[in-house]
Amino acid sequence: MLNQIIFGYFAVTMISLALIVITRKNIMHSIVYMLILFFHIAGLYLFLNAEFLAAIQIIVYAGAIMVLFLFVIMLLNLREELRKSRFAITWPIGAIFVVLSAVMIIISVFGNRFANVGNVKISDIEKVGHTVAVGKLLFVEYLFPFEVASLILLVAIVGAIVLAKKEIK
Amino acid sequence: MLNEPGTYLPVGYLPILIFLGFSFVFGLGSLVFGLLLRPRRPYAEKLSPYESGIAPEGEPRQKFSVKYYIIAILFVVFDVEAVFLYPWAVAFDMIGLYGFVEMVLFIFILVIGYVYAWRKEAFVWD
Amino acid sequence: MQVPDLIPVVPEILMTILVLSLLVIDLFIKQKEYIAVYTVVGSLLVIISVFYCTGVTFKGMFVADSYSIFFKMIFLINVIFAAIISVEYLKKRASLYGEYYVLLVFATIGMMIMASAGNLIVLYLGLELMALSTYVLAGIIRTDGLSTEAAVKYFLLGAFSSAILLYGISLLYGITGSLDIREIGLYIAKEGIINNKLLLLGLVFFITSFGFKIAAAPFHMWTPDVYHGAPTSITAFMSVGPKAAAFAIFGRVFMIVFPALSGSWVNLLIPIAILTMAVGNIVALAQTNIKRMLAYSSIAHAGYALLGIIAASNEGLSAMMNYMLIYLFMNVGAFILVIMLNNQAKVGDSIHDYRGLSKSNPLAAFLMLIIMFSLTGIPPTAGFMGKLYLFMAVVNAGYGWLAVVAVIFSAISAFYYLRIVMFMFMNESIEEVKLSLVDVNGLLLIIVVFMVLFIGVNPQPFVELARLAIL
Repeated sequence: MLNQIIFGYFAVTMISLALIVITRKNIMHSIVYMLILFFHIAGLYLFLNAEFLAAIQIIVYAGAIMVLFLFVIMLLNLREELRKSRFAITWPIGAIFVVLSAVMIIISVFGNRFANVGNVKISDIEKVGHTVAVGKLLFVEYLFPFEVASLILLVAIVGAIVLAKKEIK
Repeated sequence: MLNEPGTYLPVGYLPILIFLGFSFVFGLGSLVFGLLLRPRRPYAEKLSPYESGIAPEGEPRQKFSVKYYIIAILFVVFDVEAVFLYPWAVAFDMIGLYGFVEMVLFIFILVIGYVYAWRKEAFVWD
Repeated sequence: MQVPDLIPVVPEILMTILVLSLLVIDLFIKQKEYIAVYTVVGSLLVIISVFYCTGVTFKGMFVADSYSIFFKMIFLINVIFAAIISVEYLKKRASLYGEYYVLLVFATIGMMIMASAGNLIVLYLGLELMALSTYVLAGIIRTDGLSTEAAVKYFLLGAFSSAILLYGISLLYGITGSLDIREIGLYIAKEGIINNKLLLLGLVFFITSFGFKIAAAPFHMWTPDVYHGAPTSITAFMSVGPKAAAFAIFGRVFMIVFPALSGSWVNLLIPIAILTMAVGNIVALAQTNIKRMLAYSSIAHAGYALLGIIAASNEGLSAMMNYMLIYLFMNVGAFILVIMLNNQAKVGDSIHDYRGLSKSNPLAAFLMLIIMFSLTGIPPTAGFMGKLYLFMAVVNAGYGWLAVVAVIFSAISAFYYLRIVMFMFMNESIEEVKLSLVDVNGLLLIIVVFMVLFIGVNPQPFVELARLAIL
């Protein structure tokens, strides 16, 4: 019962925060609400027994990616946006699609069934700690995706320099 | 019982919850308390920003240079790299040499990115 | 811990070595043309290695079977063509960066990983590697507003479709408890959960995001603007590569994960395919910019190739693969001529620039004629053979009426393809355009047209190769 209440709190808060983020006129306010949203996501990870992910959520998202967001917004200097209407004229169409998708998802959720619990059970994670469990899985089972991830990071470096450097040597 | 999905309670984090609650109450409480106690006698000069000195001019928000963006994205990339290092270090005694070689490869690829960024003068400010 | 078998990944490892060395070489040399040459030579070597490196490794995460080999061949030929046609084009625009080739190769590695993905995580990472590189490539001419706009539009919509794919993957994982494509398929068959609503929702998400990547209507909105705004050489690259890669995962995921649900997804894909052919062919009629016209034509061709998936059979898959190979040649051919006109006379973007081309350069006009015939699907060109096999597959699967619809849309496509032929041969030019075929692009154009005719007359070896490549 306690778990349901906690999950309910996180779910309702996260959805409301997400709605607040996309409806703010001042984009800086959106960012602050998004920061709170990130912390709630981290909290939810905690209750899913994913401590490592919770920490990453705060370090990478609330720390690094938030800074990136802020820089991009400062870069754009969106003073005009404050005077404009909050939504594009097409928003009713978007709203219809969102409602329809939500109905579709809600209907589908009743077909929910749980598969076999994966190879790594909660009790195992409790025994060794979540970080070790992630480490073992990442570096033994998922080593190929791990190496591909390094290539993606490299593309990010190259892409940022190609697109944003004033003069490419 | 622990294996049932959705029944896990991170009891070890209870102190953090208490801490969060306390800081929330303290922060909000001191604001509310101050609001109740302090006298309020506003007048035009007091309400204007920068009570002493020069009157503010122009917009407070200024356009940032795109240079910050490059620094920020490089920071994110190497931040993520550091994040990968953490579980690797913690689980090192279980993955041993195998994991070591993997990580060397991973870092090697990113070091090439680093050298690239360096030579392209991504770290030079002007 | 056992060291995984690395033989199947050798082509990807070689490509990674190629891309890393390109990145380092770029730092030290000034003549960026050499980087293009190095890219071409390296990719040629990798093509050879592709045929010798087969097997399943990383516990089923990476599958180098004949299916993936066929697609890798397409991707590597595509990157070679793209590298060759880019040199002059970029030099004319003072945007000849070494990074351009680095990103081309990165995108190709992503596609190769996608084609070989046996695990949904690997599939997603391959897709992201490909997509991120192509977003940057679309905006690489930074002084051009259209190019930047194309990059931003492509990025925003692409990120959205990736998110939808991730949602679909997470639903599949939640229902089946596995990320391995083969295991998920077996689990669905064993448990008999083909009517599970959540599974169907996952299926819809997969169709949406893959549909975005192949530019199928109604997920095609980004295509005209992006293809129009991106540098022409990149348009040529990404109208084949990412599309073929998306078809590769389309085929693999739907034939292995969802074969039990084929009744459902065929019913979903049929309207999508019809709509795609309709939008592509009908809107292309109204275009006067040749890049936009080819963008809509690319949408239409995605519609035809979807018929191969709808057939839900090995015959359909091999027809789809064969069509992708043929589309590679004819599409690149069309873009080479656009690029050559661009390089040599600063024209070629408007279809009116092709008026009277047969007078100034009869050979170029003739080569373009063959390519336009092939895109329309007129024998004896390869385009005809590709469509023939696709329509046969769809008829054999019991959708004869769908083949009839596709033939009607092919006939409509003749209007806009043959309009260019008409301009070239029957109209007087507005201003004289000098076009010389004596350079590397011209040579490539001749090779491509030769291939189009060769496959058209003698399709058997390619069909056999594709037929070997069944899943």
